[in-house]
Amino acid sequence: MPHTPLPHEPALHHALKSADWAGLRHSCETTTERAVRNGRPEQNQSTLEEGVMCEVLVNGHFGYAATADLSLAGLQRAFDRAVATTRATSAHKVFGFTAEQRPPATGSYRSARGRDLDSTSVAEITDCLMAASQAMALSDLVVNRSASVMMVQTQIDYFSSNGTATTQSFDMLDLMLSATAASGLESQTRTWSRTGQLGGEVFDRDALVQQAELTAREALALLAADNCPSGTLDLILMPDQMMLQIHESIGHPLELDRILGDERNYAGWSFVTAADFGQLQYGSSLMNVSFDPTQSSELASYAFDDGGHRATKQMLIQDGVLQRGLGSLESQARSGLPGVANFRSSSWNRAPIDRMANINLEPGTASLADLITQVERGVLMHTNRSWSIDDYRNKFQFGCEYGQMINNGQLGRVVRNPNYRGVTVDFWNRLAGVGLDATSHGTAFCGKGEPSQVIRVGHASPPCLFKSIEVFGGQA
Amino acid sequence: MNCLDFISRVRAHFDAVASDLLSQLADGEDAALNICAEETLYLRFNNNRVRQNTDVEQLAVSLQLQAQGRTVQKTRPLSGNMDVDRAALQSLLGQCRAEISALPADPNQVPMQNNGSSSEEFRGGLLAPERVVPAVVAPADGCDLAGFYAGGTVIRGHQNSKGQRHWFANETFFLDYSIYNGAKAVKGRYAGAHWVDADWAANLQRSRGLLQLLNKPQQDIKPGAYRTYLAPQAFADLTGMLGWNALSSAAWKQGRCPFKKLADGVATLSPLLSIDENFGLGLAPRFNSLGEVSATCLPLIQNGELKTLLTSSRSAKEYGLIANGADEREAPRALDVKPGLLAEQDVLSTLGTGLYLSNLHYLNWSDPVSARITGMTRYACFWVQDGEIIGPIKDLRWDESLYSALGSQLMALTSHTEVDPAVDTYFQRALGGTRGPGALIDGFSFTL
Repeated sequence: MPHTPLPHEPALHHALKSADWAGLRHSCETTTERAVRNGRPEQNQSTLEEGVMCEVLVNGHFGYAATADLSLAGLQRAFDRAVATTRATSAHKVFGFTAEQRPPATGSYRSARGRDLDSTSVAEITDCLMAASQAMALSDLVVNRSASVMMVQTQIDYFSSNGTATTQSFDMLDLMLSATAASGLESQTRTWSRTGQLGGEVFDRDALVQQAELTAREALALLAADNCPSGTLDLILMPDQMMLQIHESIGHPLELDRILGDERNYAGWSFVTAADFGQLQYGSSLMNVSFDPTQSSELASYAFDDGGHRATKQMLIQDGVLQRGLGSLESQARSGLPGVANFRSSSWNRAPIDRMANINLEPGTASLADLITQVERGVLMHTNRSWSIDDYRNKFQFGCEYGQMINNGQLGRVVRNPNYRGVTVDFWNRLAGVGLDATSHGTAFCGKGEPSQVIRVGHASPPCLFKSIEVFGGQA
Repeated sequence: MNCLDFISRVRAHFDAVASDLLSQLADGEDAALNICAEETLYLRFNNNRVRQNTDVEQLAVSLQLQAQGRTVQKTRPLSGNMDVDRAALQSLLGQCRAEISALPADPNQVPMQNNGSSSEEFRGGLLAPERVVPAVVAPADGCDLAGFYAGGTVIRGHQNSKGQRHWFANETFFLDYSIYNGAKAVKGRYAGAHWVDADWAANLQRSRGLLQLLNKPQQDIKPGAYRTYLAPQAFADLTGMLGWNALSSAAWKQGRCPFKKLADGVATLSPLLSIDENFGLGLAPRFNSLGEVSATCLPLIQNGELKTLLTSSRSAKEYGLIANGADEREAPRALDVKPGLLAEQDVLSTLGTGLYLSNLHYLNWSDPVSARITGMTRYACFWVQDGEIIGPIKDLRWDESLYSALGSQLMALTSHTEVDPAVDTYFQRALGGTRGPGALIDGFSFTL
C-alpha cells in the first residue's frame, strides 16, 4: 500500500534551522472492519489514518508535533510548532538526550503473507463470514452468532537529519468468531480468533465453517456445564490464555518506562526494580522468555522501532532468572540498563514510548498429553475472558471462557466460568511443565501512555502447567 | 493560531467539503458526514519534569453512504487544504459506491432522517502553550509529581443529505496527576475551561494534605468482607462499568448484558440508587453519530428499578424497541448518579470500622451473568477504626457483584457529588464524563 512521497528533505532542512536534530515519521494505515451477525451484515467500514509526526531535539529534549497536512508548508508549520513547544519545555526536561538515541538506519521490512489482502474481494470475505455465522446456528439456544474480521494495512516511512531512511509495510489481520448460547438467565460465550501478520490466505471458507460449528458446540456445552469448582488445584493454561498471562505479568512489569516511573499516573509502576536484573528468580527454571520481533507472522514483527533502532531477538528471562527489560534507547540512557528495540507509537499522532512487541515463552519438551498426565486434580483453561492486575503487576485475577476438569491424569467434564488468581513471581515459580508446541496469539489493543495509545503485540506460547493455584468459578 | 481561529477554520472547512460532497449524491443515495477534530497540547510529567510534549492538530471525517438498503462507512483525515480535501472526499465517495453493491442488503439499516439541527460552542481561557509547564510545576516544586496535561479545542460535527446539521466545540483542559512519597501516592485532577493559578495551587495543596496521611503506619488487611466507603472517584470507577454492556439493549437481547436480571425484572438494586443520562452536565454533545438528539435528561435507574436501557435506532429496529438517542455502542455518555443524604463530614463516623478507598483500578467483569466485577484498590486507601483513619493499606484485590454493591449492601450515598470529566485520549481527546457521590457499602468482598 504505497503512499504519497513526502518532501521530507526540505522539511528536515527547515527544521534544522532551529533544532539540533530532526526526524519525520510518515504513517499511512487503512483498517477495514467487516462483521456479520446472525446471518446479516453488521458492519462494513474502513478508516484511513495518514499523517506525519515531526520530531525535534532542542536543548537535549525531544519534542513532537503531528499534522495531517502533508504539503511542505504543512510540514514546516508542524516543525515550527514542535520547535517552539520543545524549546519552551526543555528547561524542565526529565533527561538530557542526544542524537545517539536516534541512530542512523536504512532498510526495509514487509510482512510475510500468503496472499495480499488487496487481492481478496469484499464479496469473498462477506461470503466467508456469512457462512461462518450460519454454521453456528446449531440450536435456537445460540442467540448470537458473530463472524468478523479486522484487516490492517500499514506503511511507515521514517527519515531523519542524521541519515535514517527506513520503510516498513505490514499486513495484519484479526479474524474472530463468537457464539453466545443463552437459556433463562444464564448465558455463555465462546470465541475463536486468528491474529497475526497474515494475508488473504486465512479466508478458507470450509475451515472457517468447521471452526464455527466447533465454537457454537462449545458455547452450548458451557451453557449446560457446572461452574468451575473452587480450591487450590493444578492448572494447565492453553496458549490462548498464556498469551494474556505473559502479557500482563511479564510484558508490562518489564517495561523500563514503567520502572522509571513515566507510567505511574496511568497504567502504573512495576514491582521490578533496576537491581532485579540478573538477580531475580522470576519463575521456575523451565521459564525462558524472549523479545522477538523477528518472528514471521506474529502480530508485532518489524525490522526497526519508531526511533530507527534495528530490532533483534533478546532473552528477557533465562532459566527463570530476569535478564533484560523492555526499554528503548531513551530508557536505556536514563536507566543504564540493557533494553531492546521497542520505541513504538500507535499512529502518526502519538510519540513513541516503551512497548512490548512479540513476547514469547520458549517451548519446552512435554506434549499436552504429558502435562495432563502429571495432574492428579486440576483444571485446563482455554481463551481469556477477564483480566485484571494491580498497578505494580503483582496481584492478578484472570478468567477464561472454557474449562475442563482433570482427574488422575485424565481430561474430563467441561466447566464454565473458570477463573484463577495469584501473585506474579509466586505464580511463575509454580511453573511445572512447558509444552513443546507453541502457537501464536496477540492483541491489537494493548493500552498505555499519556496521551493514550493502543498497540499490537504478539505472544507465542505452548500449553503450560502450574502447580497449586487458587481456582474458582462463577456465582452459583 | 488561536483556538477561536481553529474552531472557525474547521467549521468553514467542514461546511464547504460537506456541501460539496452532498451535492454529488445520485438519486437513491443518502449520506452523512461526521467530523472529529482537535487542536491539543499534550504534556507528560515525571518527577515534576517534562517527559514528552506532543502538539496534535487533527481533523477526521467519516462518510456513511446508504443506497439499495445497504450501508458503507469510510473515514479519513482532512488536511485543511480545500482542494486536497475535496478531491479526497470525492475519492472516498467513489470507494463507497464501488463497495456497496458487493454487500448483502442490511435489514437493520436505519434510514437517514432530519432530526433537527443544533450548534453549541464553549470557549475557555487556556494558558498559552509556553506558559503551561511553568504554571504546572511551580506550585509542585519539591513534589514527586507524575501527570498529564491536555489542553485545547475539541470539535464534533455532523451533516446529512436530509438537511440535518449539528455542531459542538469546546475549549478545555485537564491536568490528571498523582504525587508520591516513595510508593505511597495520591491521585488528583484539575480540569476546566479557564486555568486559574490559585485554583491549581489549592487543588495540589489538598492532595499534599492527603499524602501526609499516608505517613501513618501501614495496615495489613487480610482478605474478607469489610464495610467500605468508596469516595466519589472510586464509586465513579465502579459505576463506569455500566458502560460495558450493562445498560445496552443490544447486549441484553444478545445474551451479553450483566444487568439481564435487572432488565428482565427478576432483580432490583437499592432504592437509594437513581441514575440518569444527563446531558445537562454540559460534558458531551447531545447528538449521536446519526445526528439524533437525546433528551436532556434520561432516567435509567430510579430508586433501584430499571427505567430504560440505552437503545440505539439500530437496536430499536432489530428488536422492536423504542430508540432513545443512544449511539451504536449503547454506553452512557453523561452518567449522573443522584446524591444521597450522607454528609461529607459524617463519612468516617458512619463508616465506623472498615476501609476508605479513594480510587479503584483495572476493573473487569469476573462473572458477567452475576454482574460480578473484580478490581484493585489504588492510591490513598485507608483502614478506619471507630471513625478514625488508622493508616494506609497495602493494595487489595476485590471481587463483588453489582447486585450486592449497588443492591442490598448499599448503605448510603453521600450528599456531595463530584464531576469527573473524561480524560481518555485514545486516538483523540474524548468528550463526556460522569457526576456522582461517594458510597458506603456493607460487606464488600476482598479476595487477595
